[in-house]
Amino acid sequence: MSFLIRQTLIYAIPLMIVALAGVFAERSGIINLALEGIMIFGAFIGVLFVRLVQQWGWFEAAYKAKDILGLQSFVFLAMLAAGVLGALFSMLLAFAAINLKADQTIGGTALNLLAPALVLFLIRLIANQNTLQMAKGDSASWFMLKESMFGYGVGRGVNKTPSMGFLGQVFVNKVFPITYVCILIFVVLAIILYKTKFGLRLRSCGENPQAADSLGINVMRMRYIGVGISGALAGMGGFVYAMTTANCSSDGTVAGFGFLALAVMIFGNWKPLNIAGAALLFGMFKCIAASYTSLDINGDGVYLLKNLGINTNLYRLLPYLITLVVLAFTSKSSRAPKAEGVPYDKGAR
Amino acid sequence: MKNPLPSLLKKDGTRSVLASLISVLIGLLAGGIMILIVGAATATIGMKGVWDGIRIVLLGIFTTGRDAAGSLTFGFNPNAIGNMLFNATPVILTGLSVAIAFKTGLFNIGAPGQYLAGTAATLFIALSMPVEGSEMVKWYASQGVEFAVTFPQWVVWVAAFLGGMAAGAVWGAIPGLLKALLNINEVIACIMTNWIAANLVTWAFEVSKLKNVVEGTKTGYIYKTTFNGVATPKLGLDKLLPGSQVNGGILIAILLAVVVFIIINKTTFGYELKACGSNRYGARYAGIKDRRNIVLSMAIAGSLAGAAASLYWLSGNTEFFWNTYQSLPAVGFNGIPVALLASNHPIGVIFAGVFMSMLDIAGLQLTNLTAYNEYITDVIIAVIVYLAAFSLLIKTLLKGRRKKQEAVPQPVVDPEEAKIELQKEMEAADQ
Repeated sequence: MSFLIRQTLIYAIPLMIVALAGVFAERSGIINLALEGIMIFGAFIGVLFVRLVQQWGWFEAAYKAKDILGLQSFVFLAMLAAGVLGALFSMLLAFAAINLKADQTIGGTALNLLAPALVLFLIRLIANQNTLQMAKGDSASWFMLKESMFGYGVGRGVNKTPSMGFLGQVFVNKVFPITYVCILIFVVLAIILYKTKFGLRLRSCGENPQAADSLGINVMRMRYIGVGISGALAGMGGFVYAMTTANCSSDGTVAGFGFLALAVMIFGNWKPLNIAGAALLFGMFKCIAASYTSLDINGDGVYLLKNLGINTNLYRLLPYLITLVVLAFTSKSSRAPKAEGVPYDKGAR
Repeated sequence: MKNPLPSLLKKDGTRSVLASLISVLIGLLAGGIMILIVGAATATIGMKGVWDGIRIVLLGIFTTGRDAAGSLTFGFNPNAIGNMLFNATPVILTGLSVAIAFKTGLFNIGAPGQYLAGTAATLFIALSMPVEGSEMVKWYASQGVEFAVTFPQWVVWVAAFLGGMAAGAVWGAIPGLLKALLNINEVIACIMTNWIAANLVTWAFEVSKLKNVVEGTKTGYIYKTTFNGVATPKLGLDKLLPGSQVNGGILIAILLAVVVFIIINKTTFGYELKACGSNRYGARYAGIKDRRNIVLSMAIAGSLAGAAASLYWLSGNTEFFWNTYQSLPAVGFNGIPVALLASNHPIGVIFAGVFMSMLDIAGLQLTNLTAYNEYITDVIIAVIVYLAAFSLLIKTLLKGRRKKQEAVPQPVVDPEEAKIELQKEMEAADQ
């Protein structure tokens, strides 16, 4: 059970934060189809940051001393770098969509093509292979929290200290703390979007930019900010994905997570709370598909899902199928921001 | 007599072609700059390496290797040209698939899924209808299995090709139906059906008897269609371009492009599709069945992506890696840049497809012959697509320049013409 919850969170959190990235762009009126590309780019930047810093030997001492705080601030800095560069990368979309009034779907597609091409080109030059990895060690030994760090489950035989309880197993053991940073960011940004003046202004640009403009809001600036936040979140989400599910490596793909996040966003009806729920649901199915054969839900030693004898492939396609079915039932009440995808033209009425 | 050049420039089509060419040029320039920067930053490459890289990007298909002195040689390379045409075949068809959906105002990002559906149907049909005297029949005979009925080779080919198209059509129609009936965003529906297809196809082949067990090195692969003696005829193209993979498929792709051109531009149905594309509700008001047209458009788009898969696998050149649930075929996504570069014009798609395929060959040559790698050509394609996003702006700029030039000799504007011009602009803006 603790395994299921932990693993679900690992899949769900990148989805959640990237879906929120989509919300920020679309609420400001720009369709961000480039989430996948920005994630790929962010993953690359984060991994490159970790690799370079390792090569410079900056956090070597922290690693040797098992200094949790030092190592976590290292990984946090890497995520920050991914976010900043992700925001910068998304400016390509912002410039095309806002200044040049380009087709946003095509602009997003261009970024989705550009990111893997650029990333793979650079990876091949840097590492002389198609995957960029950490300079030394793996993500688990450097950045993962383990119960032994807190004195639980240490030693052998009768001297072994007790393991952590259920909550500890779920939320501390074998967990990457940056996922909690992501949850924090998610909550803070959701509040900003809904409870502050700035959030209201941003959303008004996605609903009725003409009216917003007439009230003195700088629509273009707001849209730049929306896309920028979106790029930063997607870049961070890409790095978190690379860290937690790809052993801190980058190979020019995030397995369609960016597109899934887009689906989660629509599934969640452009609302943060619904998105969190949708992401958890998605993450749970992903987790079940990946590990149902060894999944012991209620801890009685019976692998219930394995014993059902359902084909793996069915579990794998279920999240996609369920999304389609749910969309089919909720499409009537689904409500996209009114002005999304429409370039803002001051002269238009 | 009037000078034909200005009137040619006045045409919208000419401006589209010009805009595309400008995009291509800027894309190539971006690639060249990347080559230059990397070359300047890397000590081992040097200016000679940079010059080699730029020449290969521009003339990739004419590169024949390096001579004894180590400098690049250029000339007629039948292998590269043939492979370019072979690789262009599926890209042209997925490009057509994306283009016809665009004409109806739909973004068909589902071509990879439709391609996979076509792949599965084609391979299942081509490998389940035994051809007399084929390797497969002999192998089964050696295992003590005799087939009751056998088919002529061409019957199996036609059945497999049409089957692939039909499967693609069905898979394309699903997002079409969801869009038409429930107004679900076709981009999301397509992404979902892509992954569903990837999993279903993996599942279907996993339980099938088509997994290659004859050759020990081919674990995880399906038999080539040539195992059953089925392959697209070469039609003498292999004599023309010896040593390459080219076959008659490229001619079928060109034929299909012409058919799509006729459907879109010369039939009522095509006009209805375009009407739905420019304004769905306006079209409905004019008595056009918009829902039916959306479904049909997606089905045709799907059938074209399915045909891409059919022609690719029926070539018998490559075998299919069936455990594909984690990845989608790149050729499906490559249809998007092809369609955009061609401004969704079916005939333009042929040239755009060949161009993309040429860049691919140039990329391979870059990897083989220089310190650079093939991803530089992908960057070029991405830049071209980025520019395609505001091709309308480029077109407007082209128009503006022409107007300024003509302003002096032709000050009087025909009001009727201006009205038509405005209408055209409004239409272009609606798209």
